[in-house]
Amino acid sequence: MYSRWIELLVGIFMLAGVGALLVLALQVSGLTLAKGGDSYTIYAQFDDLGGLSVRGKVAMAGVTIGKVSAIELDKKTFSAKVSLTIDSDVDFLSIDSTAAINTAGLLGEKYVSISMGADEQSLKPGDVIYDTQSALNIEKLIGNFATGK
Amino acid sequence: MLDQVRSLGRNGLQTLQTLGRSGVFLFFVIFTSQSIRISFPLLVRQLYSVGVLSLVIIIVSGLFIGMVLGLQGYNILVDYGSEQAIGQMVALTLVRELGPVVTALLFAGRAGSALTAEIGLMKATEQLSSMEMMGVDPITRVISPRFWAGFISMPILAMIFSVVGIWGGMMVGVDWLGVYEGSFWANMQASVDFQDDVMNGVIKSIVFGAVCSWIAVFQGYDLVPTSEGISIATTKTVVYSSLAVLGLDFVLTAVMFGGV
Amino acid sequence: MESGSLDSYIEIENLTFYRGERLIFDDISVNIPRGKVTAIMGPSGTGKTTLLRLIGGQLKPTRGRVCVDGQDIAKLSRKELYLAREKMGMLFQSGALFSDLTVFENVAFPLRVHTRLPDVMVRDIVLMKLEAVGLRGARDLMPSQLSGGMTRRVALARSIVLDPAMVMYDEPFAGQDPIAMGMLVKLIRLLNDSLGLTSVLVSHDVAESASISDHLIILADGKVIGQGTPSQLKNSDSELVRQFMNGLPDGPVPFHYPAQTFGNDLLNL
Repeated sequence: MYSRWIELLVGIFMLAGVGALLVLALQVSGLTLAKGGDSYTIYAQFDDLGGLSVRGKVAMAGVTIGKVSAIELDKKTFSAKVSLTIDSDVDFLSIDSTAAINTAGLLGEKYVSISMGADEQSLKPGDVIYDTQSALNIEKLIGNFATGK
Repeated sequence: MLDQVRSLGRNGLQTLQTLGRSGVFLFFVIFTSQSIRISFPLLVRQLYSVGVLSLVIIIVSGLFIGMVLGLQGYNILVDYGSEQAIGQMVALTLVRELGPVVTALLFAGRAGSALTAEIGLMKATEQLSSMEMMGVDPITRVISPRFWAGFISMPILAMIFSVVGIWGGMMVGVDWLGVYEGSFWANMQASVDFQDDVMNGVIKSIVFGAVCSWIAVFQGYDLVPTSEGISIATTKTVVYSSLAVLGLDFVLTAVMFGGV
Repeated sequence: MESGSLDSYIEIENLTFYRGERLIFDDISVNIPRGKVTAIMGPSGTGKTTLLRLIGGQLKPTRGRVCVDGQDIAKLSRKELYLAREKMGMLFQSGALFSDLTVFENVAFPLRVHTRLPDVMVRDIVLMKLEAVGLRGARDLMPSQLSGGMTRRVALARSIVLDPAMVMYDEPFAGQDPIAMGMLVKLIRLLNDSLGLTSVLVSHDVAESASISDHLIILADGKVIGQGTPSQLKNSDSELVRQFMNGLPDGPVPFHYPAQTFGNDLLNL
């Protein structure tokens, strides 16, 4: 009625499913197993996000150290308030660090790049980075160039 | 004119009635009680015929679809000088859309129709009745294992489809057309998110698995037990499953990615 | 002979049954005696098989009662019904063997489901039942490899494997060659007498049914038109019963489907 052979093949089938999920997780989406997921949140104020979206990455010197977890409009300053979730082992960002919105390649996605400051005090959870550089707006740039400014 | 209205009403009522019957049927299929000792071997047996036997068609289709995506994607992207983005294009298309959807369509054609025909044949040859007369509930014994096997197999098949497809895309893009392998993977990993893309794709295929198996076993159980009835029901299974998958795909995509 | 005087195994009282809009049984009352072979006969489409399904509890009567061994089948809970069915064997018209199991596993199926007997014992019982139908040698074949007569004999072995008190046969002779038919006739009689079963068979093969039955019931148009021993019915007063028993082509059941006269039909183009 039901043989060892069928059991074996079904076992391989299930295993192939788990294997496929692992490949999708590790190789395709680049999920790393090592990170425990401990993190803290800081904020940054930008004048123009230029297409930055939630779950965009946060990098320092090109190394990913966190992601954008929320974006909202600050009602007082009319600027964008971006929540940055930073891995907790990166706990040495100085309070005068700067944040910039960069583009990965010419047409790539937008990400937040953080540059280290000189101050000895580090940013604590909930702190805000005020020294920011908004996204490079190509249309504005071309416009400036055309009008000769 | 009046007759047409009347027949429209009757058809509407009949459709509703069938829908209700299938709902009750699904309830019995899911909430059936049977000891593990009996049901587990039955489930394994069905996983074999529903899952393992569908592997070949899934792997071959996945490979070719991945290769076509790689080729088409390269031809378009190379005009913009961003052929490295081929990895992310292939991966996102497969993981989010084509993996779950094409797998479900193939599943409906391969496994769904087979389930309907098999159950229908058992009904036509009175095997289901004779089971009942032997004091065995055919829903527990015949239908439930088939439903659960379809439900479990679908996400596994869809993931295998995506992986094979990505591999096919890589073969075309990297090995034949000469895209740098490092940027192929790096671009892919930068843009594919495990939660939002991979898991949403898996959730889609779980939903499709439930719907396709439900349609297949219900059509088999509810058919008119003649050879004509079986052929009609088999066709219905494929048509209804395909329509349900495409329709649900739109809804699920809108909810998951559309920001609705 | 009044059937009321016998010890009845199945009592059907004032049974009315509709399938959809169609009236199948119109207030019939029948008793089926214990330990005898009873044949239910009638023209095709009179709901003979439906009657078996009503007895087996697969259908519920619209009105009236069907009692098997004193239990009202329609009033049983699902669980009780399944228990009651363990005492009933049923031989379906097509045999209804499970196509994915071997002959041996088919016969073993009810044992495996309803008992927890060790494999050795299951094997003994199955071989014993297969021996009784003469197919012990065919135990490793698949149902698709069997001839029609063999299929029915395997199905018969399966329906008696739990030692039921009653076996129902649905058209056991339909489509069988004379040899297979002879074997089935012998088997049904033999099993009935040796196991002390109550046998109910549904058929329209008059000669075979009459040759093995102790009691005949003839249904037509939703009513019982005659019951009694085969010889009683052969000499019945009712023209309809006589037409059926003797297989006459014309009589109360007309040869022609109702129509206007042939002459008119030819002239009216």
